[in-house]
Amino acid sequence: MATYEPILLRNVGVPNSWDIDVALAHGDYQALPKAFAEFQPDQIIDLVKNSGLRGRGGAGAPCGMKWGFVPKGKREKYLLVNSDESEPGTFSNRMLIENDPHQLVEGIVIAAYAMQVPTTIVYVRGEFALGFKRLQNAVQQAYDRGYLGKNILGSGFDTDIILFRGAGAYICGEETALIESLEGNRPMPRPRPPFPAAYGVYGMPTNVNNVETISNVPMLISRGLEWYTSIGTAPRNTGPKIYCVSGHVRKPGNKELPLNTTLRELIYEHSGGMIDDRPVKAVIPGGSSAAMLTGDNLDIKMDFDTLAGLGSMLGSGGVIIMNDTTCIPCAVRRIEEFYNHESCGKCTPCREGTMWMVKLLRRITDGDASSEDIDHVERIAKTIGFGPPNITLCALGDAATSCVTSGVRLFRDEFEYHARTGKCPTARVPVAS
Amino acid sequence: MLSEETVQEIRAAMKRYPRSRSAVLDTLRAIQQQFGYCKPEALNEAAEILGIDANALQMLVTFYDLFYEHPVGEHVLMPCKNIACFLRGSDQIIAHMRERLGINPGETTPDGKFTLQPMECLAACDLAPMMIADETYYGNLTNEKVDELLEKLAASRTYRPSPEEMGAGHGNV
Repeated sequence: MATYEPILLRNVGVPNSWDIDVALAHGDYQALPKAFAEFQPDQIIDLVKNSGLRGRGGAGAPCGMKWGFVPKGKREKYLLVNSDESEPGTFSNRMLIENDPHQLVEGIVIAAYAMQVPTTIVYVRGEFALGFKRLQNAVQQAYDRGYLGKNILGSGFDTDIILFRGAGAYICGEETALIESLEGNRPMPRPRPPFPAAYGVYGMPTNVNNVETISNVPMLISRGLEWYTSIGTAPRNTGPKIYCVSGHVRKPGNKELPLNTTLRELIYEHSGGMIDDRPVKAVIPGGSSAAMLTGDNLDIKMDFDTLAGLGSMLGSGGVIIMNDTTCIPCAVRRIEEFYNHESCGKCTPCREGTMWMVKLLRRITDGDASSEDIDHVERIAKTIGFGPPNITLCALGDAATSCVTSGVRLFRDEFEYHARTGKCPTARVPVAS
Repeated sequence: MLSEETVQEIRAAMKRYPRSRSAVLDTLRAIQQQFGYCKPEALNEAAEILGIDANALQMLVTFYDLFYEHPVGEHVLMPCKNIACFLRGSDQIIAHMRERLGINPGETTPDGKFTLQPMECLAACDLAPMMIADETYYGNLTNEKVDELLEKLAASRTYRPSPEEMGAGHGNV
């Protein structure tokens, strides 16, 4: 196919791209008048449904369907935009809010119009100091120019944006924990049902979307359904995706590409290939919560359904590439330590299970373990994660087990060797690019 | 105990959101701005303004990574230790920082200049290995870059790099 030109990231590198005059000169706020002039709110929801746009934050839920769940009519209800980006290997939201905050503001106004939402709250990760400042500035500029507030562009539609800054907790990326955090409570997930669409922020109907999902909306309006569904693989894997490529590639970074890009293209065409031309040993395709794949899978399409079919997931699009010097048991231990640290402690299987998995994995990497310990850590992982039955309230419990189950399944011999000897089966050398 | 500025910020935050309780994180940030950490006596005063129990604030301080229960150094160094940075040598960078500063993770140097607080993924894996220091991102770290930065930070309480020093600064595409 023809080379795809980035849209979401088109303004990265443009001097002062976060300023409204520059943003206007580079195509922001062109979809908004069209949305008001040519679409009734419900028609936008239908357009999003037909586009096949799926949530970019991790779950991949159909966006239009979620919008349709929000009760109609004028009342207190919220659009909550999730920018608490904390999934290891993921860094697209940070780039979007730092470099093109107006694209997000425009997407929010269109989404708010579609759902007839009077108030949007953007939850920004506490560590994103620069992004928060740029977003604050963008929101103020949008108010000053009439893109936010009362009677936007003479449409008669009113909507507001409130920015909320978090303070560093992975669990806040989970939608119900996010809501608890926003309400000023200790951020622990809520049982569902009720789902946020019925009972969300302050008990009001709430739609939660990721920054990247909302940033897709302006292009969908301005370029239309036919164009959007021609990107990727219709009907379920459409549109562009920002792949966050990291690890042992020459040029890590955010790569905005159609959703049917293969892993080989991603590594060798768009990320400069592997450092020192070493082979790909393993790939985590969708943030650390996604199951690992071996390097034999280079020709798969990096989309929602292909990866789900392989027992992994596209998740947040954080593609972590590991070469043959990587010690898989050490990598798995490091990932599990993260989940143990971030488990909020509400559900016993996740709180206790992640702790025991870390203890066992440390014994394995220390060379103080046996084959039985490997069986044991695998058994714990299978008990916590991916029911039925679902024994944790949120997906953190599931996510914490992917690296263990896939790592042991694919690289059992490395775990055995490490457990016996305490040595890495491969020489893991620090990489300088 | 709370400065006029802190009280003003708390009151402004209470009006910023649809429900005043949503002001708790901004409140804690304001307290930390004034005292350098979330001082318990200050939490009591702030809780009164917010009309909530002080324990409700305290349990947030212990939950979130960016709030400190105890005084910290002038500069908090937050190297990322998660998988993407790990693959590119972050444990070696952190070991170098420990050795150079003579402290363990979570500790502060005796002169009160630096606290070393390794963090989980900071959403800048394109810059791996990277760290945040004083709310600024530093990427593609090497031992030499760390040494250079520590010297600049030690010399000034308010050192911030120029955009040129930051290089690409906003990450790679």
